[in-house]
Amino acid sequence: MNNKISNIEPVIEFNNFSFRYYVQSEPTLQDINLKIYPGQKVVILGPSGSGKSTLVHCLNGLIPFAYKGEIKGSLKIKGVETRTLDIFKLSKIVGTVLQDTDAQFVGLTVGEDIAFALENDCVPPEEMKKRVEEAAKMVGMEKFLNHSPFELSGGQKQRTTIAGALVDNVDVLLFDEPLANLDPATAKRATEIIDDLHRKTGKTIIIVEHRLEDVLHIEVDRVIVLKDGKIIADLHPHELMASDILKGAGLREPLYVSALKYAGVNVSTSIKPGYIKTLELKEEDKQNIVNWFSTTNYSGEKEKDSSSEPILKVENLNFSYERNKPVLKNINLEIREGEMVSIVGKNGAGKSTFAKVLCGFVKEDSGTITYKGRKLNDMTIKERAEIIGFVMQNPNQMITKAIVYDEIALGLRLRKVPEDRIKEKVSEVAEICGLKPFLSWPVSALSYGQKKRVTIASILVLDPDIIILDEPTAGQDFKHYSEIMEFLAYLNSLGKTIILITHDMHLIMEYTDRAVVFADGEIIAAAEPSEILTNMDVIEKANLKETSLYQLSQLVGIEDPSKFVKHFINHDRMVRNSRAGEVDTVHFR
Amino acid sequence: MQEKLILYTSDETLIHRLSGLTKLISFLLLTSAVMYTYDIRVIIGILVFSFFLMRVAKIKFARVKLMFAYVFAFLAVNEIITFLFAPTEGVKIFGTEHLLFYISKNYPVTLEQIFYQTTKFLKYVSVIPLGMIFLFTTNPSELASSLNRIGVNYKIAYSFALTLRYFPDIQKAYKDISLAQQARGIDLSYKAKFKDRFKYALLILIPLIFSSLERVEKISNAMDLRGFGKYKKRTWYTTKKFTFEDYLALGISGLILLISIAIGVFVNKGRFYNPFL
Repeated sequence: MNNKISNIEPVIEFNNFSFRYYVQSEPTLQDINLKIYPGQKVVILGPSGSGKSTLVHCLNGLIPFAYKGEIKGSLKIKGVETRTLDIFKLSKIVGTVLQDTDAQFVGLTVGEDIAFALENDCVPPEEMKKRVEEAAKMVGMEKFLNHSPFELSGGQKQRTTIAGALVDNVDVLLFDEPLANLDPATAKRATEIIDDLHRKTGKTIIIVEHRLEDVLHIEVDRVIVLKDGKIIADLHPHELMASDILKGAGLREPLYVSALKYAGVNVSTSIKPGYIKTLELKEEDKQNIVNWFSTTNYSGEKEKDSSSEPILKVENLNFSYERNKPVLKNINLEIREGEMVSIVGKNGAGKSTFAKVLCGFVKEDSGTITYKGRKLNDMTIKERAEIIGFVMQNPNQMITKAIVYDEIALGLRLRKVPEDRIKEKVSEVAEICGLKPFLSWPVSALSYGQKKRVTIASILVLDPDIIILDEPTAGQDFKHYSEIMEFLAYLNSLGKTIILITHDMHLIMEYTDRAVVFADGEIIAAAEPSEILTNMDVIEKANLKETSLYQLSQLVGIEDPSKFVKHFINHDRMVRNSRAGEVDTVHFR
Repeated sequence: MQEKLILYTSDETLIHRLSGLTKLISFLLLTSAVMYTYDIRVIIGILVFSFFLMRVAKIKFARVKLMFAYVFAFLAVNEIITFLFAPTEGVKIFGTEHLLFYISKNYPVTLEQIFYQTTKFLKYVSVIPLGMIFLFTTNPSELASSLNRIGVNYKIAYSFALTLRYFPDIQKAYKDISLAQQARGIDLSYKAKFKDRFKYALLILIPLIFSSLERVEKISNAMDLRGFGKYKKRTWYTTKKFTFEDYLALGISGLILLISIAIGVFVNKGRFYNPFL
């Protein structure tokens, strides 16, 4: 599509628009000027707190319907000032697909969920059935109308919610972080569905995301970058990659772009760097990359001693919730002391169940788990927690106390440890976790990342040697991701063995020594991340996604992509470490 | 997986096919019939009929065993209390006294009392299978739509259905939180003192409530965005068209209520059937 059509009315038009929540003193959106034309495909990007969600709420009417505040300037949708529209009228123009598909599934079946908006509009049942079917067809769900949400995969749920927005025949489809919570392969497919829909219907598409590299699997017209409530860039992807805007805003660059920059390639719009697919490298650029790949050598990088004793040994482990439906099949795995391991695989592959078995939350059917030669099978949950700590994904699912100190101390108090010893231990852990200044604070006053650290501290206080974290960075932007991961890397450097369950391919590459891949209840691979993420067979079976570095290495003609990826990781870690020195001291001391 | 809705199970029986509204009205009609009459013959008739319907709906006894056990326990207590407070109620109602023996001076055991209490017992028992059939064969959305169609505000009806819809999710969250807290040292076994157990339950409930509230906000936003609450009325996707079967079911239920009342008015000249005259 073309964004230079001046005689066409914009479908969305912000004019000197500002918004301030009544509960806040500063405006969250400041002086927004933005025009989006019919049929455009636009990505809105920004770190947490940049005003992204607020912008979404302004567009779909949740502001001022559900969230109150002061509006200045003007926002017109289809030429009408939104202040004169209510959320119901607005929802006929802008259809919103929210980020958590589970949370917005209101119907008991696919058909019912798609029909929800029509039901509220008092459409007669006959007509409703017809329109539901049409909408379902657009996203390829017409055969699943009678299925319940429990029977659907993540991608199918996504399709259903999209159909639920389409059924209203909206002009604009607004996707609020559509890729959060999806595994890499499903996320890739989700973007393809959006693209396909755009081609078929020509609707205006707005995607709000911080997983830029994943969104740019499809081509878009513009990327709008928000920071501190202001628009700092409105560019074509090619222009964006050629600029330094992403780094400046604390956002992650696509890996191949970082690699190009590390290799000294001049990233300008002439090489079409917006997407890996469109990249056009000149011969000298390729040579630059090959040189970068072959000359630098990081023998100084600390290699972890792979011959160290296994701290945890799992042998022939089997588990099932129901008879004849095994969830874990003959699992064998050794985890070495001081390792940082990631467990990956598609939803339902058995990752979380495996963690639950390790913690003793559920009892294995057969097989043994040994910790430093000691059998764990018959220990209680409480006893095991002193060896293996488990941190849940959502901090709100763990926090029970109002004050940070009490929350961290809880595990010890329940174990009847004397109060003076607790004080010692809590302050020691708080020191490690950078929570010392907050000990007397109410938990509710902390940021998400700080809350996460509180939950980790409340586990650390029991002194487990091994810590398992379920999706520690899900839904976090680059800054918070880095903060959480640097903290975990720091804990790892203190000797803790860390096991991470994750969907994040970046995390696996950047922070873990080894990735264990689950598929259908079995371990199908366990190797260095650089190897896993370049192995097409494993990628396919486990719903992972090949890294763009792999494609880059192919483009340049490097024979061993896994080595290339490894080279990148080493270089990247070095760059990060030189930068992270100060982060370490500021945040965790 | 245990991710099933608590009560409703989908199946393809006659009862499942009936519209939710039919089932709700039939349930109310039959329950009124039982509640009106104290004629043990009518009650046994309806009891047998409702067990027959459970058969038709393919509800396995194993699934309802526990519920029956609870109701029986409750009724047993109820019977004992009735006897303790009104040991001569039967005599008063039926006007005769066939004394069997004395438990103590104030507690004579009479045939009338036994007959009265048995009738009452069967009356309650016959309502259970009816209620179960209704709950087991009507999916929550249909339940909401039928409640709405007999005049319940649709927002209330829908929140009722949503509660049922999200119950399994909350159950799962409860389990996860409970396990994570047990790992921190909460003892939920009977070994813990009663006072501690109460305190521990709170340690699970607080995170459960906070994480559920998060969900509630998300759901209500999702519903607002799709126009929930726009009009005073709404239509329902799950509405089934009335078929011959529905009219038949309603007819039968209505007839049973009429028979129950007719027997009271014309045969027994009152709500009680008196075999002692």
